[in-house]
Amino acid sequence: MSTVRETTTEPTTEAPPVEIRGLHKSFGELEVLKGIDTTVQRGEVVCVIGPSGSGKSTLLRCVNLLEQPTSGQVFIDGEDITDPDCDIDHVRARLGMVFQQFNLFPHLSALENCMLAQRTVLKRSAQEARATAQANLDKVGLGDRGDSHPAKLSGGQQQRVAIARALSMDPELMLFDEPTSALDPELVGDVLAVMRQLATEGMTMMVVTHEMAFAREVADRVIFMDGGVIVEEGPPAQVIGAPQHERTRTFLQRVLDPTNTRAGAEDAAHAARHADEEG
Amino acid sequence: MTAPSTVALPASRRRGSPRQRARRVRMIQYAVLLLAVLAVLLTADWHGIGQAFFRADMIAETLPGLPRAILNTLIYTFGAFAFGLVAGTVLALMRLSQVAAYRWLATAYVEFFRGLPALIVLIAFSLIALVLPGFRIPGGEVGTVWLGLGIVSSAYLSETVRAGILAVPKGQVEAARSLGMSAGEATRKIVLPQAFRIILPPMTNELILLVKDSSLVYVLGLVPGQYELTKFGRDLANSQSNLTPLVACGLCYLIITIPLTILVKRLEANAAKAR
Repeated sequence: MSTVRETTTEPTTEAPPVEIRGLHKSFGELEVLKGIDTTVQRGEVVCVIGPSGSGKSTLLRCVNLLEQPTSGQVFIDGEDITDPDCDIDHVRARLGMVFQQFNLFPHLSALENCMLAQRTVLKRSAQEARATAQANLDKVGLGDRGDSHPAKLSGGQQQRVAIARALSMDPELMLFDEPTSALDPELVGDVLAVMRQLATEGMTMMVVTHEMAFAREVADRVIFMDGGVIVEEGPPAQVIGAPQHERTRTFLQRVLDPTNTRAGAEDAAHAARHADEEG
Repeated sequence: MTAPSTVALPASRRRGSPRQRARRVRMIQYAVLLLAVLAVLLTADWHGIGQAFFRADMIAETLPGLPRAILNTLIYTFGAFAFGLVAGTVLALMRLSQVAAYRWLATAYVEFFRGLPALIVLIAFSLIALVLPGFRIPGGEVGTVWLGLGIVSSAYLSETVRAGILAVPKGQVEAARSLGMSAGEATRKIVLPQAFRIILPPMTNELILLVKDSSLVYVLGLVPGQYELTKFGRDLANSQSNLTPLVACGLCYLIITIPLTILVKRLEANAAKAR
């Protein structure tokens, strides 16, 4: 149920929220992305999976230009954000980003974390910003913790505040960069529940994750990356359920033991993400 | 020669257990200290010392002028600190700028004023009106003090602020930027507030140094109403041929700096707890 959003500079035919063309990214000698082409449709939930070092986080960070692509183009609602003339701050205000390490502002309360950018970027009144922030904290189940500073919250609560902070900007696309990888196992569920709810509400989402159960259940499409390229993409039943490529199969075997139950699979996924924490 | 043979001796031949020996050493140390204190107490000319440093009538003479001198010390210190903090922050941002020319300028400034004695800078400012007729530093003598001491302290403070900025995790800027905040907004609203929290203890140390450096303003040829503690105490000590006024003024510095030192300890303890 994505609401119709006001589009000021758009042509009448609606462009996809994200379109990536021939994206390359190198850090010095190291080529991390070796030509990525993909499109995310409105309302679509795309999970990006793959071994660590496969470039999946870098891909996500190129979508809101936290990393500057070496070559190739990224279009947000049809606007080429790799164009030097593009006002990236303006585009970023429409893209919510959730980080592995939460990155809440430690000197501000949970409510202030959710209000700050509304005030400075969207120029909303204090009253409106406060109401929006409170509504989003309610939504992630932390409506009563608005006055708490991040240090007083658990990791799972911090990540939910971070999601509320991103949602307070009324984004049309949410980017999640391994949102549960820094969490204790028992705190993962609350965060995934919030993300699941967002997905059912029709939010367009790109999620880099090691949570195979989540990807299988929530994703409309799964992208498997390895060595800086998209090896395989498609519906989760296909990519996770019946992978076509050897590399996908090897990865999935390492992450999920197919004979195990789902709970066991999550344990394996958890073990896997602790094995490659270096990001 | 004897050391190896001691090791070979049976335990009963050594002088007591290790604990007894440690106790004996401690007793000797106390005894030495006691003797030294007694020697000082018995040989010192207490009357002479009292007359030179702690004369009651001299203290009475000094007291009326002290509040003004303390106030002036505080005015000079905090004015210079405020200037130094603002300029130091600008310099720190320049040193971290993407623009190479800003980095060079700031580096040159910091190295220059950190390498010079504060006294030379103050003397230069005191003579500037002679060298450049018609040029006046706004605020007269007080403005000159603030500018001179402020410039020197800004060089030190910029390094402190820079360390604070670098201590703020990169993810903070990324979070701010990904919310659509500009680089400037992210710096003002996210980085600097956290940086200043981090550097509160070292910044307070700089303030303590500045309290003491404010004594250097005697070179500026101030009039009596503008005297700060050192100049005030020195003049009085000079005219009375007695050190009591200077001692009184020295103690006033401690009244300012010791609370600040305690504050630094508290802040550091808090910072350690928060980590």
